Amino acid sequence: MGIYLPIAELSANVIVLLAMGAAVGFLSGMFGVGGGFLITPLLIFYNIPPAIAVATGANQVIASSFSGALAHLKRGTLDFKLGTMLLIGGIVGSTAGIYVFALLRSIGQLDLFISLLYVALLGTVGSLMMIESLNAIRRSKSGVAPALKKPGQHNWIHRLPLKMRFRASKLFVSVIPVLVLGAGIGFLSSIMGVGGGFIMVPALIYLLKVPTNVVVGTSLFQIIFVAAYTTIVHSTTNQTVDIVLAFVLMIGGVAGAQYGAKAGQKLRGEQLRALLALLVLAVALRLAFDLFVRPQDIYSLSGIGGGHI
Amino acid sequence: MRRAAAMLALSLCAAWGGMAAALAQEPAPENIQIGLSTDRVAITTDFSGADLTIFGAIENADPLINRQGRYDVIVVLEGPARPVVVRRKDRVLGMWINTQSETFENVPVSYSVATTRAMRDITQPASYRQLSLGADNLHIRVSDDTESSPATIEEFTAALRDRKKAVGLYSERIGGVQFLSANLFRATVSLAPNVPVGTHRARAFLFRSGVFVKETSAQLAIYKSGFEQTIYRFANNHAFWFGIFAVLLAMLTGWIGRLVFRKD
Repeated sequence: MGIYLPIAELSANVIVLLAMGAAVGFLSGMFGVGGGFLITPLLIFYNIPPAIAVATGANQVIASSFSGALAHLKRGTLDFKLGTMLLIGGIVGSTAGIYVFALLRSIGQLDLFISLLYVALLGTVGSLMMIESLNAIRRSKSGVAPALKKPGQHNWIHRLPLKMRFRASKLFVSVIPVLVLGAGIGFLSSIMGVGGGFIMVPALIYLLKVPTNVVVGTSLFQIIFVAAYTTIVHSTTNQTVDIVLAFVLMIGGVAGAQYGAKAGQKLRGEQLRALLALLVLAVALRLAFDLFVRPQDIYSLSGIGGGHI
Repeated sequence: MRRAAAMLALSLCAAWGGMAAALAQEPAPENIQIGLSTDRVAITTDFSGADLTIFGAIENADPLINRQGRYDVIVVLEGPARPVVVRRKDRVLGMWINTQSETFENVPVSYSVATTRAMRDITQPASYRQLSLGADNLHIRVSDDTESSPATIEEFTAALRDRKKAVGLYSERIGGVQFLSANLFRATVSLAPNVPVGTHRARAFLFRSGVFVKETSAQLAIYKSGFEQTIYRFANNHAFWFGIFAVLLAMLTGWIGRLVFRKD
């Protein structure tokens, strides 16, 4: 069953798109990430022009994050103050990212930059999470209680000035790393069409030592706004948000997300993190393969200024 | 005796040839006409590519040549021309990245051909080139400010055609033109799922015994139907509000999705 995508200007199979949205939604609900880091490469594999895949991915991330954040709001596992600080950084980062995006698109290196960023980030984050979660699984098997947050232990981040208290997270930490983290994720979000949950979640857990139960909700809260901002700016500067494509993905996504969240509750934290790490590494490997193995076709076409043709 | 028979056959042939020439001079020259059943094709939500049928007729066809099947027709549906950048990936530091590029000025976005038989059997390559007919013979002009050698331009032109064929925008359908009667023919050309919107031109070329005779053309507008066009126009003319709308739609979907599918 075909559906015509008015902005991408091509026809795609609606069943494939729904399945894609549902699969990603399931994983995103399970792991508490937006799922943009999966949906964007999937759309590119499915021949959607990269610029449209990125902007539309950001749009569909809003739906699944909003849906997830509502659930966390009800449970009270959402730190508004921390989320707002991350958000302020995020808006600054997004703005910078969108200018870099337009620049790279015009010189034809957008695909390379997106692929490199994905490989580097997904590879690093995936490996680190994998090591940590495997260690945690081993420790829990040998009967030692896992301790992510050791009260007496402070790293360099905790010595920075401008400290601020975040009550819901039971945290007293400098605002600088929070803003920088937000900005970095906002930058990536606008370039890669991702909300940044897959970086935000480990960064909040490992770097800022935020309690794990507050991390997912807070991360989703800030992703909603960064992804919304990214969607609006992409729409304004590049006109690349395909609302029909986004809507079909959202329908699959919100349904999948609720089932995924249910499935996620049956797994233990470290098992969940190990699975997420595996998924992240698989995407990184697939993209690295594209980058380092001779492509089937070494030529590509684009319109003037990088627009699709 | 045998020699005499050969002489007779030869003179008979000459007589036939003379008669044919005399006949060909008398009637008006052949002409070709085509008609589109519609001059507008709407792309609707469920569009997933289509076939377009074009009817046509040969006027003043020579019955003898017609009987021998020596009339050939090539029908082309040519999309609007747009500039295109072709980029080549090369291996740099172990990675395949875009390096060299070439800009072409007037590339038809789509080019769909239907023929009575394989193109190489209809006429000579030189004649296709002269007519700029067929995906491989299109005159594609490279940007004026290029500094590349003719060999490089040739390479990029070939790559451009290959990519266009690979995504289905340049297609060829042998046997896509069928004669329904002595003079009447029907051509079926493909509209790819990613066919560009805009004014397309249907062109029909008539060949007699491998010689180009006549060309005719008609215009066809391919446009997005009401809903698709509204979205496209909204996205381009009110880009900011379109973005806001996309965000609100996403939030609404997320909220409804939670109500409908909630599992906790």
